[in-house]
Amino acid sequence: MLVFASLLSGLVFGLGLIVSGMANPAKVLGFLDLAGRWDPSLALVMAGAVAVGLVGFAVARNRSASLLGAPMKLSTARHIDRRLVFGSALFGIGWGLAGFCPGPGLVALGMGEVKAAAFVAAMLAGMVLFELLERRHAGAPPST
Amino acid sequence: MSIDWNAFTPWSALAGGTLIGIAAVMFALLNGRIAGISGVIGGLIKPARGDVAWRASFAVGLVVAPLVYSLFASLARPQIAAHYGALIVAGLLVGIGTRYASGCTSGHGVCGLSRLSLRSLVATAVFMGAGFAAVFLTRHLFGI
Repeated sequence: MLVFASLLSGLVFGLGLIVSGMANPAKVLGFLDLAGRWDPSLALVMAGAVAVGLVGFAVARNRSASLLGAPMKLSTARHIDRRLVFGSALFGIGWGLAGFCPGPGLVALGMGEVKAAAFVAAMLAGMVLFELLERRHAGAPPST
Repeated sequence: MSIDWNAFTPWSALAGGTLIGIAAVMFALLNGRIAGISGVIGGLIKPARGDVAWRASFAVGLVVAPLVYSLFASLARPQIAAHYGALIVAGLLVGIGTRYASGCTSGHGVCGLSRLSLRSLVATAVFMGAGFAAVFLTRHLFGI
């Protein structure tokens, strides 16, 4: 049941990205290009999502278990540190270079776009690199 | 700054954003989790027991969204102007950056802002700022 709910959530999320135009990098870059001819659409996508989210998360936050009985694992992290700031900066630069963030990359991959596949493959490689750096940082020997 | 009124699509942006918000709230209420795509995917790199199926099914939902959408409406191809080199660099930065920051546009942007998290507001401000800067540099300063 949880797996089905997860599939459905991903599907609705993906449909939202398509409907909003955010699965199209040109549209995202139109928002990020403040100095050019600016397309404010992305701001309204965020506004629409957060308007629903404000209500929904206010309800979710008071629950001790999900509607399907799963433990609530909504984030409790509050710290603002270098990892958050530098990580977000790297992410933002990558976002601005191609117009893809993780969700739209996967959706465009589903459209059969080879360029999106290249982006997603590199993104996964970046995530693997993160795990390797974390492992080295922790000083633990590689498990393989 | 001049607004590109021809590109601006306020209603589809709001409608798509609303769907994204619904997906995030559904996921929080049903699965008790944050619909942060970089986190959902990143957790597959170092899989924990019992933690793979829901992550994979969320990703599958995103990838099949275009197929489902095309059953009801015609699907426009995304415009991906970036060359392969830029896509690879962008993917690496997005992959590693989102993992260090523990979130991307969905986790910090949509869910974090909905939860009124200051940490997520800082992350969102930084990755948006970096995105604006990256587009300014590539389009207007270096004319790539």
